[in-house]
Amino acid sequence: MELYDQDRTIAAIATAPGTGGIGIVRISGPKAVEIADAVFRKPSGKKLASAKTHTIHYGHVVDPASDAMIDQVLVMLMRAPHTYTGADTVEIQCHGGPFVEQKILETVVSAGAAPADRGEFSKQAFLNGKMDLSQAEAVMDLIAATSEMSRRASIEQLAGRLAQEIENQCSLLLDLTTLIEANIDYPEYDIEEVTYERLIREVSKVLEGLRELYRTSDSGIRMHQGVKTVILGRPNVGKSSLMNRILGKERAIVTDIAGTTRDVIEENVDLDGVPLRLIDTAGLRQTSDAVEKIGVDLARKAAEGADLVLWILDASVPEDLDSSAEAAEMLDFLKEKQYIILINKNDLTDARVRPAAIPAEAPLLWISARTGDGMQELSAKIREMFFRGAIQADSQPMITNVRQKDALRRALEALESALEAAKSNLPEDVIMIDLTNAYDALGEISGKTLKSDVIDEIFKRFCLGK
Amino acid sequence: MYLEQGVDVAVIGGGHAGCEAALAVARMGLSCIMFAVNLDSIAMMPCNPSIGGTSKGHLVREIDALGGEMGKNIDKTYIQSRMLNTGKGPAVHSLRAQADKFRYKETMKHTLEEQPGLKIRQSEVVDIDLKDGKVQGVITAAGAYYPCKAAVICTGTYLNSVCFHGDFQAKTGPNGMQSASGGLSEALMKKGLPLRRFKTGTPARVDGKTLDFSKMEEQKGDEHIVPFSFENRPEEILRPQRSCYLTYTNEKTHEIIRANLDRSPLFGGVIHGIGPRYCPSIEDKVVRFADKERHQLFLEPEGENTNEYYVQGMSSSLPEDVQRDMLRTIPGMEHVEIMRTGYAIEYDCVDPLELKHTLEIKRFDGLFSAGQFNGSSGYEEAAAQGLIAGINAALKIKGEEPLIIDRSQGYIGVLIDDLVIKGTNEPYRMMTSRAEYRLLLRQDNADLRLTPLGYRVGLIPEARYQALQEKIQQIEEETKRLAQVHVSIGANDLLRSLSSTELNSGTTLAELLKRPEVSYKALAPIDPERPSLPEDVTEQVEIQIRYAGYIEKQNAQVEKYKKLESRRIPENIKYEEIGNLRTEAVQKLSRIRPASVGQASRISGVSPADISVLIIWLEKNRH
Repeated sequence: MELYDQDRTIAAIATAPGTGGIGIVRISGPKAVEIADAVFRKPSGKKLASAKTHTIHYGHVVDPASDAMIDQVLVMLMRAPHTYTGADTVEIQCHGGPFVEQKILETVVSAGAAPADRGEFSKQAFLNGKMDLSQAEAVMDLIAATSEMSRRASIEQLAGRLAQEIENQCSLLLDLTTLIEANIDYPEYDIEEVTYERLIREVSKVLEGLRELYRTSDSGIRMHQGVKTVILGRPNVGKSSLMNRILGKERAIVTDIAGTTRDVIEENVDLDGVPLRLIDTAGLRQTSDAVEKIGVDLARKAAEGADLVLWILDASVPEDLDSSAEAAEMLDFLKEKQYIILINKNDLTDARVRPAAIPAEAPLLWISARTGDGMQELSAKIREMFFRGAIQADSQPMITNVRQKDALRRALEALESALEAAKSNLPEDVIMIDLTNAYDALGEISGKTLKSDVIDEIFKRFCLGK
Repeated sequence: MYLEQGVDVAVIGGGHAGCEAALAVARMGLSCIMFAVNLDSIAMMPCNPSIGGTSKGHLVREIDALGGEMGKNIDKTYIQSRMLNTGKGPAVHSLRAQADKFRYKETMKHTLEEQPGLKIRQSEVVDIDLKDGKVQGVITAAGAYYPCKAAVICTGTYLNSVCFHGDFQAKTGPNGMQSASGGLSEALMKKGLPLRRFKTGTPARVDGKTLDFSKMEEQKGDEHIVPFSFENRPEEILRPQRSCYLTYTNEKTHEIIRANLDRSPLFGGVIHGIGPRYCPSIEDKVVRFADKERHQLFLEPEGENTNEYYVQGMSSSLPEDVQRDMLRTIPGMEHVEIMRTGYAIEYDCVDPLELKHTLEIKRFDGLFSAGQFNGSSGYEEAAAQGLIAGINAALKIKGEEPLIIDRSQGYIGVLIDDLVIKGTNEPYRMMTSRAEYRLLLRQDNADLRLTPLGYRVGLIPEARYQALQEKIQQIEEETKRLAQVHVSIGANDLLRSLSSTELNSGTTLAELLKRPEVSYKALAPIDPERPSLPEDVTEQVEIQIRYAGYIEKQNAQVEKYKKLESRRIPENIKYEEIGNLRTEAVQKLSRIRPASVGQASRISGVSPADISVLIIWLEKNRH
């Protein structure tokens, strides 16, 4: 049985995504203070570990590796038990803007915190006796309901199909292990023997099924969390207009003065059924404005962690299309990534000439963020790139969270080891160690363990005993 | 009622559990009396004439490693010995011996008789005297009162037993012995101990003179035998062996069974006890596996000086005439004469959830129980529990720490933990599939695992313990040496002869030993510096090197298991006061009272969420 590890220290951005102003990164768990101390520097050099509970501290969050400053912050230190989660809690109040929050979260995670699952703070609070089950469920329901993605019936159906698919693979494994175990415990009975050929064949079959499932995990997790999409382009090229077009509402401040969008803005959106986690950035342009420069650097960094980069060019500015030096720099930056080049404002010009600087194989679409022209092509393109063509209610089962992916990875490793062992003719009881590990790892997704199932199966299927 | 001389421990019952319990207590230096309703039933084998087999063989080796008697007794009285599963890995090699039943019990009885500090008494214990829930003495049917500090109930299948075949019913114990129906069950229930009824069965014994073995498949014993006891060497116990014979039922047999099902007390609803799935009667097999054309039968000799054969696979409670008719449809048994009719037996036993891991009954201080009374089945399972119950009764009186073997230390640990934590709804049989850490719990290393524990409690003599220490050292040194001895491509001639891949560059002997086709023995020609070592040492070296990767995997699992086992739960915990535990969990936990979070996590009906809640509560209350 895999138990929930209440010794985990978890962290997440506690403020709603996309909102400006102040952002909060919350760390909760037994190591919260230790982890915060690893990334937080007070001007006095004092550590949070020696500070009193329920106090506020000014300082910087730094990258512990380089000591480079990430943001100026206020830190609230709250020790157990008088906290929301009932565990030691540190809240880092940073400058609003999802990218800064994301960067701080990543720093905290690399210092040892686990990224919190959806609703995990409430779960911790429940486990620490801070709320009863119905309260916790209500909070979790609320968290779930505010997420556009999880409201989608298709996601729930995907989860159901996942359980079914795991169940199918488990049942193949159970067939095999029951036969092996019956042979081990009843060596003198006329039970069909398990040959290495059969072991290799059946383990390979399960492996194949699970590998297929594993391949979907990136799509599945994206499906659940959205394709992290960064819109890049020079100032005033129409990034915010595109974002608003996708969002269907006025969100970012849109002006025609270059550089008005300084914050990084993040939104979860649904583009014709394609879930995106959209990050708008300050204009990407060499600039002497120091404040804006930080924004540009952040944008480049944001693009580094993105699944998809949308690079916008302005069709109405011919030099934009011809600026081959910039194009070369951008293309070089993008070559390791998934990207789409969007030529915006096609409503202002009839020209449909592919810029000379853009190579023929680069994905390129003509759009108008203002009129919505080309948006369907955009969603189709993203779908093709990330969801292998289609996201439909009856599509394949998918892994939708990191924990499931991890359990599946362990099952795959165990099965690969079993296959290896079968190929080198190791005894079946030794191979059973791997098969049991695989079954139990899958059980973390489906909620079953092998030991309790296999003995029942042996007597159900075979006529044994004196 | 009259007063008898007091003892430290009274053992109630002289079966396989009672014998081990009584010997352990006496060998630990305390005074003991063992009661049996009939002294001729001491160490009786009322069912199959064999000891060991898959997982049960492991239990016997473990009993021996701890200083118990079963292994030594079967080594003295076996008439066939086989190592099963030799085609599989070392973890599931299982030793099994056919016993001369008559000599087995006679030899065991004599060992008991010779044991200083142990008295044997033919008498039925009908009540246990408790004061404030603490054992004071036991009372026999004849009115004798024996004061004692602890008692061990090992009543097997005797308590209020009833035997059935067809319409016939008799209030007898196994093998026609007198049943223990003088009131012990009722006395225990009156004191608040809930009892229940289990059922098991045995096939007919037939006259070997009426069997035609030429129509059956002969099964001989092994040429090279392995003793059960670590104290015996193979050459010391060699003797001529007897064969067993394999034959099969057929459609005619099944027809007769089906036509007479209404005459079976099992199917007619006369028997209410719960029977074991792994020991199905032939009528059960025919009904549940209707599409199976034939079922295996083994004819096993019951002893050296007898013509009786045990018909393994034909356990039945059908009427005598049906048993005769169905047996006569089987090849080689056309003219068979039954000597003892097969029967089903129903008896009283306790729900093992009433027990602690020490096998002490939770509600009665000083009252222990073992064997079939605890809901298990099998001689070996009984003996293992008897040994542990006897040891813990003695340790309790001595005021010493109890002996609890955990799931990573032995099959005995798995057996007892399963019984007292998971409980059972049928007579519990040991199986290798029940052990999580099978590769660590091999029959070949039972001494390495458990003899130090036997030494601690005083059942292993100094000399045997020192010999073990020497063995451990030899294993370590040889393992280290093999990892250091380099081998050049000069070894390729040898490897070729073993059909093993040739070397491109140098390696070590240890690396070569990891290849399944390369044995320690086979490497001798390229290992000139090899010291002369006993075979039991080189066997360990070979296994430990060959399976090092998987042993490592199992060790990692054990570490995880031990982490949860080490989170202790206070004895006085009030589960109903822990908010957020589900009602079912509160009930189960309150009843079973696990000693650790690990134990709690194995209780059926306690969910992972309940365990999380419990862990939080424990953390909170620790501070």
